[in-house]
Formats: sequence, C-alpha cells, structure tokens
Amino acid sequence: MPLGNNSICMAKKQNRVLPGFRWTLGYTLLYLSLIVLIPLAATFVKSSELTWAEFSHTVFSPPALAAYRLSFGASFFAAVVNAVFGFIVAWVLVRYDFFGKRIVDALVDLPFALPTAVAGITLATLYAPNGWIGAWLAPLGIKVSYTQLGIFIALTFIGLPFIVRTVQPVLADLDSELEEAATSLGANRWQTFWRVILPMLSPALLTGFALAFARALGEYGSVVFISSNIPMKTQIVPLLIMSELDGFQYAKATALAVVMLVISFLLLLAVNLLQWWSNRYNTTNLA
Amino acid sequence: MWFLPEYNWHFNCLKLEIQKLMKPFLILLLASALAAVAGAKEIKLLNVSYDPTRELYQEYNAAFAKYWKAKTGDDVTISQSHGGSGKQAQSVINGLEADVVTLALAYDIDAIARQAKLLPVDWQKRLPDNSTPYTSTIVFLVRKGNPKHIKDWDDVVKPGVTVVVPNPKTSGGARWAYLAAYAYALETYGHDDARAKDFVTRLYKNVPILDSGARGSTITFAQRGIGDVLLAWENEAHLALKEFGADQFEIVTPPLSILAEPPVAVVDKTAKRHGTTDVARAYLEYLYSDEGQEIAARNFYRPRNPAVAEKYAANFARLKLVTVEQEFGGWQKAQQTHFADGGIFDQIYQP
Repeated sequence: MPLGNNSICMAKKQNRVLPGFRWTLGYTLLYLSLIVLIPLAATFVKSSELTWAEFSHTVFSPPALAAYRLSFGASFFAAVVNAVFGFIVAWVLVRYDFFGKRIVDALVDLPFALPTAVAGITLATLYAPNGWIGAWLAPLGIKVSYTQLGIFIALTFIGLPFIVRTVQPVLADLDSELEEAATSLGANRWQTFWRVILPMLSPALLTGFALAFARALGEYGSVVFISSNIPMKTQIVPLLIMSELDGFQYAKATALAVVMLVISFLLLLAVNLLQWWSNRYNTTNLA
Repeated sequence: MWFLPEYNWHFNCLKLEIQKLMKPFLILLLASALAAVAGAKEIKLLNVSYDPTRELYQEYNAAFAKYWKAKTGDDVTISQSHGGSGKQAQSVINGLEADVVTLALAYDIDAIARQAKLLPVDWQKRLPDNSTPYTSTIVFLVRKGNPKHIKDWDDVVKPGVTVVVPNPKTSGGARWAYLAAYAYALETYGHDDARAKDFVTRLYKNVPILDSGARGSTITFAQRGIGDVLLAWENEAHLALKEFGADQFEIVTPPLSILAEPPVAVVDKTAKRHGTTDVARAYLEYLYSDEGQEIAARNFYRPRNPAVAEKYAANFARLKLVTVEQEFGGWQKAQQTHFADGGIFDQIYQP
C-alpha cells in the first residue's frame, strides 16, 4: 500500500465529521441487515419448513395460547407499573438533592448489568415461602415465588431502568418556569401536572414503556427461576420455545418465535403511532 | 456499490484500517502455530456432558490423564462442559467442537447423529452395554424421618403429597423420572395404558414447580424447603445428602424403577478433524476399566463391572429395574408418544 493513500485519508477525514448521506445510509442498511433483518428473516424461513396445518397446530395449541396471554399480560402490567413508579424515581432524581443521590442513581442501572439468571434466583429466594420477604407474606396467604405474581415482579425488576433512563433527561430539560407560569395563571398542582408536565413527558414515557414492555416479552433467564413453569398456568412463551428446542423441534420453536415477533411488532408500532399522535396533539395544542 | 460512487478512497482507507487491525491477530496466529509445532504432544479433548456429571468427570479426567501419560507419554488436557442434556446436544449440533459427548439419554446423541451427522446412527453399538459404562436410576429424596411415609410410587401420587421434579421437556433426568413412574404403573396395572396415563396425571397434579433442570429441582427441594419428595437421579440424591447434610434428608429407593442409561460416544467427524480420534476412543474405553468403574461407583453411578458393583453394593439398594427398550420400545418411540407436542405429557395439562 503506497503511503500517499494514507495522507489522502487523513485529509478527507479532517474535512467532515461524518461522511455523506449515501455512505451513512448504505452503512445503516448493511448494519441493520446483518444485525437485525437477516436473523429475523432466517426465523421466518425456518418456520416455513412447517406445513400450514403444523404451523397452526403449534401456534394455536392450548399451552401456546395460555403462554401468549401470560407473556403479554405480565409484560404489559409490569411496564405499566414501571411507567408510574419509574416516573416517580426519575422525578425524585431530577428535582431533589439528597444525600446518596448518586448511589441511588447508579442503583437504577443495576437490573441492566445483573445477569438475569442471578436476578431470577435472588428474587425467587427472597420471595420463596421460607425467604426473607416470602416468610412475611406467607402467613397472609400471599404467594409470590412460583406464581404469576412472581413472574410479574421479575419483569418489573428488569424493566425499571428503561423508564427512568428515558424520562430522566427529558425531565431535566423541562424548565421549571413552565410550572411556575402555570401556578401563577391559577392552575392547581394536579392541573399543572396533568396539563403541563405530563403532556411534555408523554413521548419519553411512551418510549420507556415500549422498551420495558419489549424487554419483558423476551425475558427468559430471570423468569424461569421464579416461575413454577407449569403448562397452562405459569409457562411463558420463551420457555415454551426453549422446550421445543430441547426436543430438537427447531421449526416449531421458530413458529412460536414468529408469532411473538409479529405481535410485538404490531404492539410497538401502535405505541409509536400513539407517540406520534401525542406529539402532534401537543404541538398543535401549544400552537 | 451504488451508494459510494465518488468515495472510492474509503475502500482504501478501510483496507488500511483492516490491515492495521489484523496485524496483532496474524502475529498471534503465527505464535500459536509455532507453539503447536514445538509442543506437539499436548493433546486437548472437549467432553460435552450433562448436569450432574461434574464431580464424576473431574475425578475421572485426572485419572485418565495419568493413565494416558503413562501409556503414551503424551499430556492430555480435558475440558468439560455441563448443562441440560438437550441443550448440550443442541450446542454440539450447532457447532460446539466436542470430541466426546457423555449425555443423559441416547435420544440426545441420536439427535446429533441424525441432524448434524457427526457420527453414525448406529453409534450405540460401538461400545459395550449400549455404550453406557455406568447406569443410574430414579430414586426418592424425602425429608428426614420420611414424615409422609413415602415408600413406593403409589405413595407419591397420593393427594396431599407435594412432589418436586423438573420438566421432562427440558430435562433428561426428568424424562427418566416420568418414564419410571409410567413403567411402574404399566407393571402394576397389567400394562393398561389408560391406567398408566391416569397414574402420571395424578403424579404431575402433585407437582407445584417444574424446574427446567435437575439441579434446579434439587435446589427447590433442598434450599427452598418445597415439597415432600424429590424425584432425582440416584447420584444426584446422594450428592444432595453430601452437600446439604444427611441429617436433613434421606433416600428412599422404590421397589421398581427405571434403568437409566446415560450413554457416551466419540463425535467422529470433530475428533477426526482435531486428530484426537485415538485418544477420544481410549478416553471412553477407559471408563470400562476397573479404575474407571471404581470412580463411577464412588460418584454414585452404578458400575457395569460385577466385581466393582459387588464392592460398592452398600451404596446401591437392590431393586427391580426395567429398561426403556422393554417398556417403551426405545427412545425414539418414547419421545414421540410421551414428550412430543400433544403427547401424553401435554395431555396431562390440557383442561
């Protein structure tokens, strides 16, 4: 390689921060194809090995239907609860100063970093009838580990950072003058929150909600430890997929994955539309 | 490329960058090649096994390395990989470079032979005793004093008894446990499939938690304090006694159970590519030697060698053992009837 090339590279590199549109678009397409589209396409191709009858038999079997209900239901409720409490955490972290704030801030990310199996085992141990928390709940007749409630708790745990981390920066940018203005115009606290703060935050909240929801749908590691994995009752879809794989039924496993993908995609699309709509609503309202 | 007509310089830059990045790798590659030539007698084997064999193969690997060194003068380092039997088989099918596999059931090695074609389908005839140098069975682990008086399979299915066992769809050991219960019902109720099905249905009605693997169930039973009885591998039950204390649990051996045969095989194509065929074969054959059998027995696997079995007879209660071939017509058939989609195990949970 002649040295000249190198100097040209340097010269050109200095001219622009990022190369032009076509280069970046090409790179984006290549990257998305390699990382996302090709594996997803392979899933669809693999599941097409099944005949239509086999496919529908697999994806509409009673255990599968029960598993969809549980996976989507528990993920949805976990994301909703996180949207509320994650918002409160973000609010506290942005608006108040207190001793140990940085530590609390770092704690929020912990569910990201912790291997999910560790989270699952820890939660299952805590909430088992002989565990620290479970022992207090057992006399009240509340069972957490090995029930659907346990699955919900595991999914809430792993979803928390998504809400906090998406809402936090938006909240930090939110001028408190807006609230003062609302108050001086006679709005009470509730009105200020409902009509001023929430509309500004709703796009970030929706994004966080969608991320937490999507993450919970795919979660396997922590749930298998806290769930009792009983078919029709506490079996999530990823576990069903794993048991198909263990029987070397790759096509059937991918068929279930395809169903999850399609439903997830539709739900995320709906969230995006909602977000777009709320953005438009806000801007027109403000204008 | 359509998207970069005037940016040809990028390719050159890219090449340069790649060359820069590659340099250390090339050096590393060269260095390791040199090292390989210099110390050519350093042999590496990968044994892909299932969950409860950790302790067994730790001890056996050391013994085999010593034996091989004495016999050939070569050093052999054996790496182990453990996990659920089905998952381990999948990894091998997907390219995990195992020289030998030592799994929980023949069905999983069959899958490697059929799907990845890494070894012939008649692999099980290549070594004595169906290629299973040691056997095991399914026993009951109960709490100290056996408060629920669990002696036989009938006691396990009684209402009010809580049973812990992993999910047969994801655990090899659990499949043996399911088949043991089914075989008991077949033997007891005159080979009536309807009654046997009713029996296993009652059994799984008593199971509150289906862990995905044998170790998971042991932990649920021993540490979480859930369940009156754990259906476990015999060796896993002994291990639990050792690990969690014999003052907490006791082993109950039912009068009838299944002869669990965890088979071993050389993965021909991979071993050939690694040039380890001979040592891999010797590794498995040595399991049948007196020393190999002793190590198996010490780790609570039932040895095939009658003399060694006699020596360790105190560890292994006598019971009637039935085989998958006798009762179920082999693993392929058992899998289809019981564990495939819509099979009898699925029907148990259907409303």
